[in-house]
Amino acid sequence: MNTKTPSKLEKILAAGHLAVTSEVGPPRGSDAEAIKKKGEGLRNHVDAINITDNQTSVTRLCSLAACVHLKLMGLEPTLQMVVRDRNRIALQSDILGAASFDIHNILCLSGDHQSFGDQPKGQNVFDLDSMQLIQTVRYMRDEGKFLGGEDIKRPPRMFVGAAANPFADPFEIRVPRLAKKIAAGVEFIQTQCIYNIDKFEEWMRLARERGLHEKCYIMAGVTPFKNAGMANYMKTRVPGMDVPDELVKRMKGVPKEKQAEEGIKICIETIQRLKECEGVRGFHIMAIEWEDKVPGIVEAAGLYPRPKVE
Amino acid sequence: MIVAEKKPIEEIIESITGYKKILIAGCNECVTVCEAGGKKEVAVLASALRMYFMNEGKDVKIDEVTLERQCDHEYLEELRNDMDLYDAVVSLACGVGVQFMAEKYFNKPVYPGVNTCFLGAAEERGVWGERCQACGQCILGKTAGICPVSRCAKRVLNGPCGGSTKGSCEINKDIKCAWQLIIDRLKELDRMDEYEQLAPIKDWATDRAGGPRKVVREDVRQ
Repeated sequence: MNTKTPSKLEKILAAGHLAVTSEVGPPRGSDAEAIKKKGEGLRNHVDAINITDNQTSVTRLCSLAACVHLKLMGLEPTLQMVVRDRNRIALQSDILGAASFDIHNILCLSGDHQSFGDQPKGQNVFDLDSMQLIQTVRYMRDEGKFLGGEDIKRPPRMFVGAAANPFADPFEIRVPRLAKKIAAGVEFIQTQCIYNIDKFEEWMRLARERGLHEKCYIMAGVTPFKNAGMANYMKTRVPGMDVPDELVKRMKGVPKEKQAEEGIKICIETIQRLKECEGVRGFHIMAIEWEDKVPGIVEAAGLYPRPKVE
Repeated sequence: MIVAEKKPIEEIIESITGYKKILIAGCNECVTVCEAGGKKEVAVLASALRMYFMNEGKDVKIDEVTLERQCDHEYLEELRNDMDLYDAVVSLACGVGVQFMAEKYFNKPVYPGVNTCFLGAAEERGVWGERCQACGQCILGKTAGICPVSRCAKRVLNGPCGGSTKGSCEINKDIKCAWQLIIDRLKELDRMDEYEQLAPIKDWATDRAGGPRKVVREDVRQ
């Protein structure tokens, strides 16, 4: 399959390998050591590392700078970019900034509403929405132009991704919404954390019916539970998350000191089962402040060693 | 209509402390309908202020008036002859009325008695909801008559976002997801095929972003 960018992630997906990505949340301070340490720990086990962009609207070190730290270490970052905080001038400017460091992956997102974070009194921007950001990056890359129509000297060469949440409501438009993102130009998808596998498989079936699995690379998102409390929190408190009762029960059913192990076991089982799901082209492992567990999950899920591509 | 909410009386008292003769000016339009600044609210506020100043042992004269509109020169002119009697005005009109009052009576301190909230309507008795942000480029024809600019917390033009849960917005269960409403109505109208049309990047120049706006109609101008 042809590739359009120098992205290693794109090459691995195009070669037909199951890709593996993970994510790192930047710190609430200017010390980059934590990012570098987390990145180093993931070096041999994932193909690309997402850097979150002020996730849950809590102010942190910026995604772009964190991506640069990883890039300078020879790692492959994916720049997450939300449309909550930047207008089209700032978005295009940051895309060029990232491209100047040869950051080749971008994930286009809306961003959680600021009322969830540490600055609930702030303004939001939402000049573009996430679909329009996808269109913008593709336009900048493929046409070599700014949204205003002027030429870009040395346009960005980015593999363009977005999120998809198969579990949000209303369910019936979740597949049409994926189709819409593909029409906007998305090339890879990382899904919301999958706990309700039956529902995910139904979403994939409907996506396959429309051939959408052949129009973009769909990577299944997974997040291991650290304990029963987290499972319950994800179930009841996190918008757009679908955690079946039996998983919460299963986590509660093991003694506290064994719950972390159980959470990782569930995560590995999920990956194993979804490897068989047609149209799943890789896994996005989001181990929130638990990045050191990712290599073990990758190995146990049979996704190690990672393929080498030119 | 323009929906407003009464300001806390403490805030009003703080703003007018020191004045001896105060006019409370209501408006007979939107703020009357939303029960924040009409004749009734003027009377209630005036009585409360009189009582407050009396208890404080202060001799403060509080008068009441309610104009047909405060966003119109001709109705504001009605105050011309009496304005010299007052040290200050508390206007219970929306922000437009307060400003028109201030422009008209340039040397008179004018204080707002309400907080102007949004363009909306009464959803039920005592509950007003936002419906429009006056973006200057109406897209309701493409969104089944439901406005994502004013009713989606992220003003997503290609929604819903991943936070839509059981018909509610991620920020508050009591806020309906605008995109759920749009989809429900597209289905009702048998227009779901339109859902997959991408909404183009919006020109916000007609919105607040473009700076203070003006509508000039040469055919109406004299």
